[in-house]
Amino acid sequence: MTATAPAIELKGISKAFGPVQANKDISIRVMPGTIHGIIGENGAGKSTLMSILYGFYKADKGEIFIAGKKTNITDSQAAIAAGIGMVFQHFKLVENFTVLENIILGAEDSGLLRPSLARARRELKALAEEYELNVDPDAVIEDVGVGMQQRVEILKALYRQADILILDEPTGVLTPAEADHLFRILENLRREGKTIILITHKLREIMDITDTVSVMRRGEMTATVKTSETSPAELAELMVGRKVLLRVDKTPPVIGRKILEVRDLNVTDAKGVHRVKGVSFDVHAGEILGIAGVAGNGQSELLEVLGGYEKATGSVRMNGEDIDLTGARSDGQSRRARGIAHVPEDRQREGLIMDFHAWENTAFGYHNDARYQRSKLFMDNQAILKDTEDKMARFDVRPPDPKLAAKNFSGGNQQKIVLAREIERNPDLLLIGQPTRGVDIGAIEFIHQQIVALRDQGKAILLVSVELEEILSLSDRIAVMFDGKMMGERMPQETNEKELGLLMAGMTTEPAGGPFQAVADNLAYAGGDTGKGA
Amino acid sequence: MDFATLLQMLDATLRLATPLLLACLAGLFSERAGIFDIGLEGKMLAAAFMSAAIAAVTGDVWLGLLAGIGASLVLSGIHGLASITFRGNQLISGVAINFLAAGLTVVVAQSWFRQGGRTPQLSGDGRFNPITLPFAETLRDVPVIGPIYYELISGHTILVYVALLAVPVTWWLLYRTRFGLRLRAVGENPAAVDTAGVSVVGLRFAAVGICGVLCGIAGAYLATALQAGFVKDMSAGRGYIALAALIFAKWRPWYALYACLLFGFLQALSLRPDIITGVIGFRVNGQFLDVLPYILTVIILAGFVGKAIPPRAGGAPYVKER
Repeated sequence: MTATAPAIELKGISKAFGPVQANKDISIRVMPGTIHGIIGENGAGKSTLMSILYGFYKADKGEIFIAGKKTNITDSQAAIAAGIGMVFQHFKLVENFTVLENIILGAEDSGLLRPSLARARRELKALAEEYELNVDPDAVIEDVGVGMQQRVEILKALYRQADILILDEPTGVLTPAEADHLFRILENLRREGKTIILITHKLREIMDITDTVSVMRRGEMTATVKTSETSPAELAELMVGRKVLLRVDKTPPVIGRKILEVRDLNVTDAKGVHRVKGVSFDVHAGEILGIAGVAGNGQSELLEVLGGYEKATGSVRMNGEDIDLTGARSDGQSRRARGIAHVPEDRQREGLIMDFHAWENTAFGYHNDARYQRSKLFMDNQAILKDTEDKMARFDVRPPDPKLAAKNFSGGNQQKIVLAREIERNPDLLLIGQPTRGVDIGAIEFIHQQIVALRDQGKAILLVSVELEEILSLSDRIAVMFDGKMMGERMPQETNEKELGLLMAGMTTEPAGGPFQAVADNLAYAGGDTGKGA
Repeated sequence: MDFATLLQMLDATLRLATPLLLACLAGLFSERAGIFDIGLEGKMLAAAFMSAAIAAVTGDVWLGLLAGIGASLVLSGIHGLASITFRGNQLISGVAINFLAAGLTVVVAQSWFRQGGRTPQLSGDGRFNPITLPFAETLRDVPVIGPIYYELISGHTILVYVALLAVPVTWWLLYRTRFGLRLRAVGENPAAVDTAGVSVVGLRFAAVGICGVLCGIAGAYLATALQAGFVKDMSAGRGYIALAALIFAKWRPWYALYACLLFGFLQALSLRPDIITGVIGFRVNGQFLDVLPYILTVIILAGFVGKAIPPRAGGAPYVKER
């Protein structure tokens, strides 16, 4: 063991962007044939470090050794030549190309495509058999699921003879079954002697599959430990720098009157795709209804209809009165007037205007309120500023500067701004989509507490999340959506991740000894992250 | 309308479609690589002027052609510098090039030749002359095929054939070669090209360069083949029509040919009001005929194209993301 050189070794890597020290004197060694996890919050410097490894950035200081040899990685080409393959969180695929074309892009054998395509087709077959990496070589990328897209990314790296594979947040977009499949592939790769670096912020993944794990916090590597010798609680503490509550503390719900009644709701989107298919459910005061499901199964459209920016057929009653689903009063303004507040799934596109200041964002949607008006014509900016300052203090937004543009806050603090705006309007019903997507563990804890506190005030809450762990720990009742339909309702204390995972995959009964055994094991502890790490 | 008139019309269609086709393919290369090019018009105009000027001075149309391509390439280089290297706005850069060309050509023409912003009339070797294809004379009297071959297919300048040949060559380059694969990829998702270790900047400059060459040929064709010399604003919106044809063709080479032939036919039609009068039975206002190609362009683009999806990364400078 001592004779083999590490597959990859970093010595004293430092990188600064202006005044921000993204990486500070980072050193790691990863032995060949192992899976090494790198865990840390958003902005801890994980992605910067990997970008340096892949030649996107040049480190200010430090050295990289590949298989014992000092290597200068000046660009992606050098990284590929050194045997490094990278699977980015946001796939780097050409959407309207076939799988085969994507794989040979940049690694063609000659000026003409035909021989390269033929060779790639042969090699793909061999790789598929060796590692369970099955793809349809002639499928067009935009027509295949994210699981296959990710396998194409892995195949791209292997086709370029990569020995070291770096995966950045690989499970963020996968179903539990797909994540399970991915981990089997990674295990196969490890068995063949490949070295894998797994960047994630999901503790469960680290515990399940890695051999060693490094923790990053604020640009520094705070610890490197053997996975078998650590625990999720210890890792979480190392990441955040203080003890973190991984579970939500809450009392049993006090269920009140019926607030929202949805009957036979159908949504067809602009492309003519039937997104929501005859969905019915109720939400009561004082309860959190969690809607689980893999992204893209109609939950987003459901929220959009209730939030007032998508048309639908069927009936929705709020506090016993019908609300308009198609007409002039099916807009966000009318919904808010009926006591519905909405924290949208995509806070950067729907929740905030990123170039506007925090105080301006605080007023959006409520800018016609009397308290924000100086006269009929003028807004009272001072009142909004003051209100924003108060909200920032109550919601612990950092930095507490109302005049900072929304884009300059971290994901967690952006979410707190949206949350403060919507919750403090005292709505009867709060719609909240992906509340902790791209949010740090520390802020997740705070946001979850706010949601539970709102419930305890007797408000109705409709929570949509792709994070099963979040659904399970927050909800008082769980509904699962698959392919636009409600697959069923469960009580959180009477179900488990395994059963929900099957429902999310569209199965109502478990196949005997089926392939979904490990489904539950691969679900995350912490909240999701599809946002960009820094 | 008799057979001979029809052949004349189609003959004119071919001649008028040629500059459109060259410019359209030029735009195709550029836009497939993700660089929108509204400056086709300006590049054609600059090339028209330079080719006519050099051909007039040297008496050699081939030197004129080279000079035209050179002028177009200079403007392409500016567009590339602005939109690729400095990540500027591609539309603004293109519009600036159009203004630059519209003004400079006239000013320089006046300063060089003092003929009111024109170049001297070209003749003889100063122009591209029609070439007669083999057997055209012998086959001339064969019924149907003879006139088609003699009138329509034979008897054009070399540049017409170059333009027609450019269509299959473009198709082959785009879909059968490594360069084409990378070019299409860089217009769809430059990040994929970049992470594959291929230079985005290099590919885009290559595409803009090809665009410059083709625009140069288109411009030279206007001044040294279609006409005999440069006059002010002689590109007459052809760069924009070529862009319209490009959208109509959904950025595909063979469809670009069909679209350009259609627009060429409309232009040929507006030159022959007598034929329209003959076909529909009453006289149409001449000015209406002049705007007909443009009106139809709008109608076709608005109603008949369906959904034209441009290259996804088009118009946006590539910034490496972390």
